[in-house]
Amino acid sequence: MEIPKSFLGYKRENGRAGTRNHVIILPVDDISNACAEAVANNIKGTIALPHSYGRLQFGADLELHFRTMIGTGSNPNVAAVIVIGIEPKWTKKIVDGIAKTGKPVEGFHIERTGDIGTVMRASKKAQEFVMWASEKQREECPISDLWISVKCGESDTTSGLAANPTVGNLMDKLEPLGVHLCFGETSELTGAEKVCATRGATKEASDKFMKTWSAYNDFILKEATDDLSESQPTAGNIAGGLTTIEEKAFGNFQKIGNCKFVDVLEPAEEPKKGKGLYFMDTSSAAAECVTLQAAAGFNIHLFPTGQGNIVGNPIEPVVKLTANPLTVKGMGEHIDCDVSKILSREMNMSEAGDKLIETTLRVANGRLTCAEALGHREFVMTKLYRSA
Amino acid sequence: MATDIIIHDQKDNVGVVVIEKITPKQDCSCWIMENDSTINVQSMDEIPLGHKIAMVDLKEGDTILKYGHDIGKVVKSIKKGEHVHVHNVKTKKW
Repeated sequence: MEIPKSFLGYKRENGRAGTRNHVIILPVDDISNACAEAVANNIKGTIALPHSYGRLQFGADLELHFRTMIGTGSNPNVAAVIVIGIEPKWTKKIVDGIAKTGKPVEGFHIERTGDIGTVMRASKKAQEFVMWASEKQREECPISDLWISVKCGESDTTSGLAANPTVGNLMDKLEPLGVHLCFGETSELTGAEKVCATRGATKEASDKFMKTWSAYNDFILKEATDDLSESQPTAGNIAGGLTTIEEKAFGNFQKIGNCKFVDVLEPAEEPKKGKGLYFMDTSSAAAECVTLQAAAGFNIHLFPTGQGNIVGNPIEPVVKLTANPLTVKGMGEHIDCDVSKILSREMNMSEAGDKLIETTLRVANGRLTCAEALGHREFVMTKLYRSA
Repeated sequence: MATDIIIHDQKDNVGVVVIEKITPKQDCSCWIMENDSTINVQSMDEIPLGHKIAMVDLKEGDTILKYGHDIGKVVKSIKKGEHVHVHNVKTKKW
């Protein structure tokens, strides 16, 4: 298959391109969710991103909160942003961070005004933003404007056999075209960590990966009260035939094909070393991982599943693929790309990779994903430790 | 002949069932992805889609190889053709 060299995206002020054109209402903290949701209810075509945190956090955990908030607003799939927080200072910090992209952003704080006055003022601005954004047109963008993140979930052995290698095949074909790629899931590389470390493009990248994985493993050993067999693999994984974390990890690892990672990113950290594959230190919980990757600027997500994970994200379209014929049969409304014919050997890996590239580009051009059509908007902040 | 079982790497001592299930005494066709060759194994158990079958006899303490890599240890001896899962294999981690 000849791979298309372009897609139709939304060109942004900072030179990036979006696959979507959202106007988001971003609460700084948990207690501003009600206000944000009221604004999104008033002004059609906007989306509120409620979440559970943003109060009394400190240190690295607070930094991650700001990085995730600013990164989400800065993502090229977002045309304009309304930020609403209880206090002016943190609200302004997030507005200023997003404003660096050049996109329209305005902040509102609730103290001294109350919910009703804030909802009124923020709604007026949101209306202005959404009507402005509605005139944006898709334009031809080079395929290198795609920033593709990947994460698998509800995996089973068909993931490692077929769905994950299909993603790997796509990576092998798209990496030379200059796209950005990102994989994560620090915990679910356990057992394959040494092999994964050898895939660093430089010694620095390999060392940084081992340091990141070891820090995670030390934490597990410190906090674990048992052998984690209740959590890893999950009950769904085991039902699907996965026996150990090592087996899951080697299956997981198939997603990166033959690519080498150029750098290791902090959670929600924007890649700074140009095109190519990055590893991000993330949780392996689906919604948390995708939220962090979207906050790092990735504009389309590929999600291979075995038993049928249903996750979506409010700003980054999540494309699902599976090789499990029972999952296609039982929950086909969640599957964007069916590669189950790999198992019956009616489709080879290269054909599956081509099919996934085609699906990915259709979604990049505007086709809704199953998760979008079904209303999946899981926005889940990662919290590193308890608040003050 | 249709493929019943796929094996990732020729070093692997387990294969994965890729049809809805295999039944005891079934003569199964196994495709090895790495070198595109085919071998046969007779099953001892009923094994569902996605679950593993032993390609050789395995004794307690042996290492299970899949993808050509160590994915855990045998904790209860397994005969060729038997179901390989959490009842007879455990992680070496944690």
